[in-house]
Amino acid sequence: MSNTDKQFVTITINDKEIEAVPGSMLIDVADKSDIHIPRFCYHKKLSVAANCRMCLVDVEKAPKPLPACATPVNEGMVVWTKSERALTAQKDTMEFLLINHPLDCPICDQGGECELQDLSMEFGSGTSNFHEMKRVVVDKDIGELVATEMTRCIQCTRCVRFGEEIAGMREMGATGRGDRMEIGTFVEKSLDSEISGNIIDICPVGALTAKPSRYHSRAWEMMQTPSIASHDCVGSNVKLHTFKKKLVRVIAAENEDINECWISDRDRFSYQGVYADDRVEKPMIKYNGIWKEVDWSTALDRTVEKLTEVSAKDIAVLASARATLEELYLLQKSMRSIGVANIDHRLRQVDFNDQESSGAYPSLGMKIADIENLDSILLVGSNVRKEQPMINQRIRKAALNGAKIMCVNPLELDFNYDVDAQRVSNPVEMIKTLAIIAKASYILSKTEIPAGLNDLFTSVRLNKADKVFAENLIASKNSAVFLGSISMQHPGYSTLRALSKAIAGNTGSTLAYLSGASNSAGAWLAGVVPHQKEAGQKADIIGKNAGEMLSKTKKVYMLLDLELERDSDNPQQAKAAMNQADTIIAVTPYANKTLLSLADIILPSAAYAETSGTYVNAEGTWQSFKAAAKSYGEARPAWKILRVLGNKLDVKGFDYVSSKDVRNELQGLCENVNNENPVSVEGIYTKLDDVTSQSLYRIGNVGEFSGDSLVRRATALQKSNPEQNAVQLNAKQAALLGLKDLPTVDNEHAEKEVMVDVKQGEVVVSMPLLINDNIPDKCALLASGTKSSSLLGSAFGEIEITA
Amino acid sequence: MAATQTILTKHETDEIDMWLKRFPEDRGQSALLAALRAVMHEDHYLSTEKMDAVADYLGLSKIAVYEVASFYSMYELEEKAAAKNTIAVCTNISCMLNGSDNIVEHIEEKLGIKMGETTPDGEFFFKIEEECLAACCGAPMMQLNHVYHENLTPEKVDELLDGVRSKASLKNKEVS
Ligand code: SF4
Ligand code: FES
Ligand code: FES
Repeated sequence: MSNTDKQFVTITINDKEIEAVPGSMLIDVADKSDIHIPRFCYHKKLSVAANCRMCLVDVEKAPKPLPACATPVNEGMVVWTKSERALTAQKDTMEFLLINHPLDCPICDQGGECELQDLSMEFGSGTSNFHEMKRVVVDKDIGELVATEMTRCIQCTRCVRFGEEIAGMREMGATGRGDRMEIGTFVEKSLDSEISGNIIDICPVGALTAKPSRYHSRAWEMMQTPSIASHDCVGSNVKLHTFKKKLVRVIAAENEDINECWISDRDRFSYQGVYADDRVEKPMIKYNGIWKEVDWSTALDRTVEKLTEVSAKDIAVLASARATLEELYLLQKSMRSIGVANIDHRLRQVDFNDQESSGAYPSLGMKIADIENLDSILLVGSNVRKEQPMINQRIRKAALNGAKIMCVNPLELDFNYDVDAQRVSNPVEMIKTLAIIAKASYILSKTEIPAGLNDLFTSVRLNKADKVFAENLIASKNSAVFLGSISMQHPGYSTLRALSKAIAGNTGSTLAYLSGASNSAGAWLAGVVPHQKEAGQKADIIGKNAGEMLSKTKKVYMLLDLELERDSDNPQQAKAAMNQADTIIAVTPYANKTLLSLADIILPSAAYAETSGTYVNAEGTWQSFKAAAKSYGEARPAWKILRVLGNKLDVKGFDYVSSKDVRNELQGLCENVNNENPVSVEGIYTKLDDVTSQSLYRIGNVGEFSGDSLVRRATALQKSNPEQNAVQLNAKQAALLGLKDLPTVDNEHAEKEVMVDVKQGEVVVSMPLLINDNIPDKCALLASGTKSSSLLGSAFGEIEITA
Repeated sequence: MAATQTILTKHETDEIDMWLKRFPEDRGQSALLAALRAVMHEDHYLSTEKMDAVADYLGLSKIAVYEVASFYSMYELEEKAAAKNTIAVCTNISCMLNGSDNIVEHIEEKLGIKMGETTPDGEFFFKIEEECLAACCGAPMMQLNHVYHENLTPEKVDELLDGVRSKASLKNKEVS
């Protein structure tokens, strides 16, 4: 574009002519041209505060130096960033900033990667004119994740603005005044935001550092390896920091298209789980009930023996969707080649009735970054804020831009933006609620209602107020219906899905799946579903799905990175199936007590960060990563274990040298995969009985930190969220049990813990009870994947609670 | 406002509601100073619980309330400030030049407490006043409860303090 159409102005920085968008800030323009201006308070994702004055530069005709972060560019502006006037201003600012800053760099975790340290090397003077006492700030404990040393704070307010502008909840603030102003929470409180750890990355000094990695190593001793986070379908980009080949820290990496420059606390602190006590060091075989460590070839030979001595029909293969694409593909290819058709990764799913209608894989149907541009969004069964924090960030941006956000959930959820319409009803009613919205979408779009939906639609009544959902979606140019993880775990998933498809189809909205794990899309593409091979091709024989494999015992189970009592919908059922099986082969980094009691062969695999691989995120982006840390003991990357296993099973075309070979092969096959989600609806498959008045219905979506084996072992995260191990009821429901004066979820200093007995199936488990008035009547929230729920039954179903 | 249950008193919520009416609906923050003033009026200090209640009532985050409360010197955050009377002697430049130090000394001797302390009988809180109270022309000055008193002498201070004290004790008698 030319200069004349006023798209650009020309300015001069340090004698270099630069074209810039009028109105953009000088510091931005300089950054884009690789001219570095020192700064502390400026952050490109935050509002301009201009309070540190470090970015003062010399602007022609200005009477004094101007802050580059708050000076918009104008045509003909002439700027010097290194002139004497600029340098003097910067030096003087530096001196002021250092007045109250302690000289504790040798014991500061930020040392070596500190913006203040770097800039004082550049601009600081060796001496200070300030001889008085430095001030001291008394620290408050702000939780398990972020360590504070507020005496070091230079009051740039990045962390404060982050809370307000990005996290959408103000937790840090500036209290007091003048030289007594302090940054902090003011009262002792743990940070609650699901993305609070980002303040560690943006704090330019050592005031906010990562608590779990505190004092573990110095910044310059660590190696940095780019990688991909493994806890949700976003695939946030991260940097892994290793010290002596051990993973010690994780920070955010920038990727504008995916996670911008933020990551969730879960992705930041889960690494602690890598070095859990129950890592397996050597391959093991159980002989007559006693575990013996063996060498790899013995273990693999035994595995081959067990897999070949039974008919392929009697083998069940279950894999975690956190496994890499390479692992999943090799597993699928080798197992299908010996005739095994029972293969699945959807262990938390209950309703498989419409599995054929997923397309190649349930995808986001759009780019993650495009979510920001939606004008209206309907969330169906999704706690997106906790489940996919980075998707929630995009939805939040859309909401701040004026998008209408609507949701249908089995409990009221806290959002960090305004929700325009929210329907909360117990899980069974939820179907009817959605049916009403779907019915309205047919009426408003004048679409003929398919016969399959008639029965359901005649059973519900449409009120005027219910039309707003469909109306908003129809009125918007860019709209989407998001099907979340709560829906996917729901016993009426196929119905929720059919209705969501109908709504999306009738309103011209995109159907978007927010699947549970980091590589759910990869698992589908690798063919780890009973009805599809790799790249979405129809399977020759349709095998049993995960639910069937666990409700009726198979003779041999092959498990990839799974803990069935925590990773499956119904732990009781899964354990019963395992108990009756002849042989259980587990490829896993960890072996907890349950696994040790159930399994027969354990093949120790490399944990997160110890293996190379690829994750495919919800939008369909393939992101590969290298190993960063040394693997533990004799544990091997799972793809290598599976490759050798494939060789031993004489699978053809199984001589891959690197994980890249595997990826390339699959990528070639996936070239023509369509990632559109089909929205055609014939009817519904699943009918649920109404919740009876006698019983309680469990809402058992996965807890924030209980979704997979790694995060469950991350000690700091576990400590930071005790609520997920409790059963939660509303106050009215608790009163019916004769319980009063109970601690509530948001009261973190509750003194007493009240224990109740929770019964599901035949098992009674004692656990703490918390009051949460966001839960509808006759329902109890009890997360899946937690220790207490590992003894119970299905995530959604009837339970009993007694005081 | 959203808060269904609140520990704020009727007087406090009435006062806040009155202020809220003056601002656009989504500008709860504008009523914050007045809300805190209402609480100060009732309790003579701002407890964390009351600040949290104000936050909920106005739909603000708690920290936003703490920030404002800790910024202005007219708000007291410690329970010890909840005496029957509050004395604030200005010690800024004009008052200092006109002998505020003597006034402070006199009060400290008279009440047997230091600045920043409360008399054991809960009658007086002697506040540390940090800023000029904008009555320099009558320096030295003090603010006793809500009233400015200028051109102070030790005698005048005695009279003023004894005046409020006796009133307070009188009130106590009436009650008992
Ligand atoms: S704690 Fe760090 S980010 Fe927050 S204001 Fe202080 S220096 Fe800035
Ligand atoms: S970076 Fe410009 S004033 Fe702080
Ligand atoms: S200096 Fe005391 S009132 Fe101004």
